[in-house]
Amino acid sequence: MRNTLYIPLQPWPTLGVVAVLALLPLAAATLGQPFYVVFATRVLIYALIATSLNLLIGYGGMVSFGHAAFVGAGAYTVAMLMPAGVASAWLLWPAALLAGAGFAFLVGAVSLRTRGVYFIMITLAFAQMAYYLVLSLRVLGSDDGLTLGNRPSLGLVDLNRDTTFYYAALAVLLAALAGMRALLNAPLGRALHGIRDNETRMEAIGFATYRLKLLVFVIAGAAAGLGGGLLVSLNGLVGPNLLNWTQSGVLMIMVILGGAGRLLGGALGAVLLLVVEEAIAEHTIHWPLVIGVVLLAVVLFAPQGLSGLMRRRA
Amino acid sequence: MTMLSVRGLHKHFGGVLAVDDVGLELAEGELHAVIGPNGAGKTTLVHLLSGALKPDAGVIVLDGRDVTRLAMHRRVRLGLARSYQITSVFPHFTVLENLALAVQGATGHDDRDRARAELGAVGLGARADDLAGALAHGERRRLELGLALSTGAPLLLLDEPMAGMGPEETARIVDLLSALKRKRTILLVEHDMDAVFRLADRITTLVDGRVIASGTPDEIRRHPEVRRAYLGEDGPR
Ligand SMILES: Nc1ncnc2c1ncn2[C@@H]1O[C@H](COP(=O)(O)OP(=O)(O)O)[C@@H](O)[C@H]1O
Ligand SMILES: [Mg+2]
Repeated sequence: MRNTLYIPLQPWPTLGVVAVLALLPLAAATLGQPFYVVFATRVLIYALIATSLNLLIGYGGMVSFGHAAFVGAGAYTVAMLMPAGVASAWLLWPAALLAGAGFAFLVGAVSLRTRGVYFIMITLAFAQMAYYLVLSLRVLGSDDGLTLGNRPSLGLVDLNRDTTFYYAALAVLLAALAGMRALLNAPLGRALHGIRDNETRMEAIGFATYRLKLLVFVIAGAAAGLGGGLLVSLNGLVGPNLLNWTQSGVLMIMVILGGAGRLLGGALGAVLLLVVEEAIAEHTIHWPLVIGVVLLAVVLFAPQGLSGLMRRRA
Repeated sequence: MTMLSVRGLHKHFGGVLAVDDVGLELAEGELHAVIGPNGAGKTTLVHLLSGALKPDAGVIVLDGRDVTRLAMHRRVRLGLARSYQITSVFPHFTVLENLALAVQGATGHDDRDRARAELGAVGLGARADDLAGALAHGERRRLELGLALSTGAPLLLLDEPMAGMGPEETARIVDLLSALKRKRTILLVEHDMDAVFRLADRITTLVDGRVIASGTPDEIRRHPEVRRAYLGEDGPR
């Protein structure tokens, strides 16, 4: 039987990409550019966050314009817990994940009662409320943000070593992608496709669409929260701008660039945007304009993003 | 045994009373047709019974249980499914995947064998692996019907399943519905009077949202008000 929605595992390309990513710190060291390991780690974390947004936009048809809020929830959770004496990443990162999930539950429970433009606006409104809340709260550092002394500890491995942190982030991203593929191939994934295709009919054949969407919204919020926790652990600092609406916009641009509704769309978009930014930001202050032009080109000529282009070649 | 019992159903849109004090009784295994001119409120009635719309007043009892305020998906789980006058399928799913989705929605289980059985019932076996979006009109109408069937619901509300079909396709649907009779309880909204009078055990006539007559096909055929308002003096005898 034909199975149009099944996402196959392509073992050789997957192994190839994983191998390249695994060897990347070695290459950076050989080239004498250890700075790139931290940069690459940041890309991996944004790949995780953009992937979680792709689950909402690309697969669930939920165009959330407030995803940065969940990233912020995770990041500030870690930034609050560490000074309070929690040092283990085994506690901090799950806490970040739960914070993202919890906040997404609240936002989703209200926003998912609406559709279309209203949904976009209400998720944006929630996120901006969170942004102004953080800005105004002294305990959260107001507009200075919070600074951490050390990175969290992760059992025997030392996250203060950039290479170790890189591998930890890589492991999290790969686990998230594998989990997302499993979810999409499961009955829940088919239901999500169905909701994107024809939500009213889904209800008419017995699906509790609101509950299903809320579940997926919470899963995406959890992954974004974890991403926020990883980011603050990596950088040792967090500021309110992480929650600002422009950040939500950047995440959306990543998803569109990489390919909404493609398993690797979010990850590819994060890589593309951050690498382009890194490459041209030192040459011109007009790099956002360049990104804008690229985005326009993608929307006009490659509506399925980078992953769509790559598939057409294949 | 009474499968569906409706009393005092009202629904208005602005100033329009689309459904005005409608009552209905469907016995188990009965095929009950609802006829009436365009704008009579037939589709609105189906929306109310299925839960797509909430009534302004009235009670809907399914199998002895008041479902008036229940969400659409809960009613499906209780055994009431509907089809749409305007085809509403999943264009990016294959035909078989469409039906499997309906099985999954109504039962919670992914049961391809059951989906395949319904595929045969609506005569789309040859199109199993084609995308629903690529089907011809008649095939899409049969898939529309197949989605409702695949829920396994004992009570089906079918909103003009023959809409826009040629005589051959219509004959196919009539055969299909004849085969379904007695196995499921069916409320059939339909404009094709030959089909209605061949299939129906009872007929309710709606005009301007009101029931003007309800009875056996013979009673409806002879009903003077129905003839005047809908069938016309030279309607089926
Ligand atoms: N969503 C709506 N908003 C406003 N008026 C509606 C709506 N749906 C139906 N109506 C009106 O209600 C009446 C009944 O419509 P409908 O139930 O579609 O009739 P039928 O299916 O018998 O042709 C019509 O006058 C129609 O214009
Ligand atoms: Mg109608």
